[in-house]
Amino acid sequence: MTLLHNEAPTTVDPVIVVEGLTKTYAGGFQALKPIDLSIRRGEIFALLGPNGAGKTTLISIICGIVNPGDGSITVDGHDVVRDFRATRARIGLVPQELTTDAFETVWNTVSFSRGLFGLPPKPAHIEQVLRDLSLWEKRNHRIMTLSGGMKRRVMIAKALSHEPSVLFLDEPTAGVDVELRRDMWNLVRRLRDSGVTIILTTHYIEEAEDMADRVGVINKGELILVEQTATLMHKLGKKELTLHLHEPLAAIPPALSRYPLALSTDGTDLTYTYDTQAEHTGITALLGDLAAAGIRFRDISTRQNSLEEIFVDLVRSR
Amino acid sequence: MNWYAIAAIYKFEMARTRRTLMQSIASPVLSTSLYFVVFGSAIGSRITSVEGVSYGAFIIPGLIMLSLLMQSVSNASFGIYFPKFTGTIYEIHSAPVSFVEIVAGYVGAAATKSVIVGLIILATARLFVDYHIAHPLLMVAFLLLTAITFSLFGFIIGIWADNFEKLQVIPLLVITPLTFLGGSFYSIHMLPPLWQKVTLLNPVVYLVSGFRWSFYDLADVGVDASLAAIAGFLVACLIAIGWIFRTGYKLKS
Repeated sequence: MTLLHNEAPTTVDPVIVVEGLTKTYAGGFQALKPIDLSIRRGEIFALLGPNGAGKTTLISIICGIVNPGDGSITVDGHDVVRDFRATRARIGLVPQELTTDAFETVWNTVSFSRGLFGLPPKPAHIEQVLRDLSLWEKRNHRIMTLSGGMKRRVMIAKALSHEPSVLFLDEPTAGVDVELRRDMWNLVRRLRDSGVTIILTTHYIEEAEDMADRVGVINKGELILVEQTATLMHKLGKKELTLHLHEPLAAIPPALSRYPLALSTDGTDLTYTYDTQAEHTGITALLGDLAAAGIRFRDISTRQNSLEEIFVDLVRSR
Repeated sequence: MNWYAIAAIYKFEMARTRRTLMQSIASPVLSTSLYFVVFGSAIGSRITSVEGVSYGAFIIPGLIMLSLLMQSVSNASFGIYFPKFTGTIYEIHSAPVSFVEIVAGYVGAAATKSVIVGLIILATARLFVDYHIAHPLLMVAFLLLTAITFSLFGFIIGIWADNFEKLQVIPLLVITPLTFLGGSFYSIHMLPPLWQKVTLLNPVVYLVSGFRWSFYDLADVGVDASLAAIAGFLVACLIAIGWIFRTGYKLKS
């Protein structure tokens, strides 16, 4: 939460503002501890967290599927409880589960969604959505005859039927093949370019890394941090420097014991982990000491931590 | 008011009816025809008349009521239960609709369907017996009010039920007996005096009586009592549904 407040809120135009939101289910399970979160207009925001962390609960409350506990949520300045018509009309939701009307045709179910959201029919828009999702050929097919990936596309089409300005994608790529995943991210980029704000949850952290402008990490109902993806990578990204040695070492020489070094089992690789944000990375000193100890190396490689590793570290440290 | 949403739900539900045409329309028509054959012709031929009306004609309002109640309850309960069962109800919850639109869409479609079934049975009856309708407008009013009221009741059952068994239990164990004992096939004046009093506790008596009055000017209880009974049940169902949506009972956690 403290990280959130480090960002200048005056310079951003928030579309969703969550303040002090809690949720305790009837069984007594506290799904959300007080959550403060502000989603910026036009951004792609990735919500990461392990299973059961509260991602879906948070999304479901914003969308109106689960009743909120304490706190408040506004979408475009409208309260999601008091002014639910205004907020829900702006939001499209693709839930995690594949739940579709088996007996309806693709065209009818997508048209149904548009009507449900209070808009007059607009076949041209439905056609465009179906074409964008490669569903046009299947428009007169019953949903039960479609493959799982196609059903997922239908659910996205339903969420886009009423031209929402905010789109929630809950685990959109879970169990989806490579082609659909690529199509989906292309679509998400196009939507973002047209001004749609996108909030997604994913287990594929590399996707968040590629796609998201900002990342929020949620664990056990608590929002651990919210950060620009690049800043987060930079800030929490540890780097590893690996030295490939000329001659294998049996053990790390005592002269180098003050460095956090790891020796590979065959003794040929020496790995040094350092923090790119630290005042001194210690690399110069390390290399000097290595030379003084008479250790020669034939190659050097460095590697940046992925968001996944950052994420695992964050969640474990709690 | 989100009129497009009402239209969308209504159309969706009516499309479901069209997909299941045999089960929706053909089966009630078939079962009613059987009633006419058995009660109207076979047994009814031994009963000359009930209070001046031929027995075959006498049972028409009761038979229509029987189908109307069963159809309304089962259509509406299934209509809202199914999206709960498959999970597609998420979309209704996430849409800019209040419970007024949801109820109007689902209950409107369920009531439409049962009124259609009722009218088809009325037309089918013509093949077996001759009848007249003394108060056509009031007949339609009774038909509509009963269909709407019992569709509301079915809607409540559909929300309450969390498995298919519960969905069937009320229609089978409550509605059917009450209808059979509610004077569909007899006038309550034919009962022993004690049972004439007891049977007045059965709400269906008022529905059948009022409906039969609109046909033949013949009533077991006063027409005003019949109208009051329907109105009372309608209001009770509306209050229950209002409460369900206010609290999110069985709909939202």
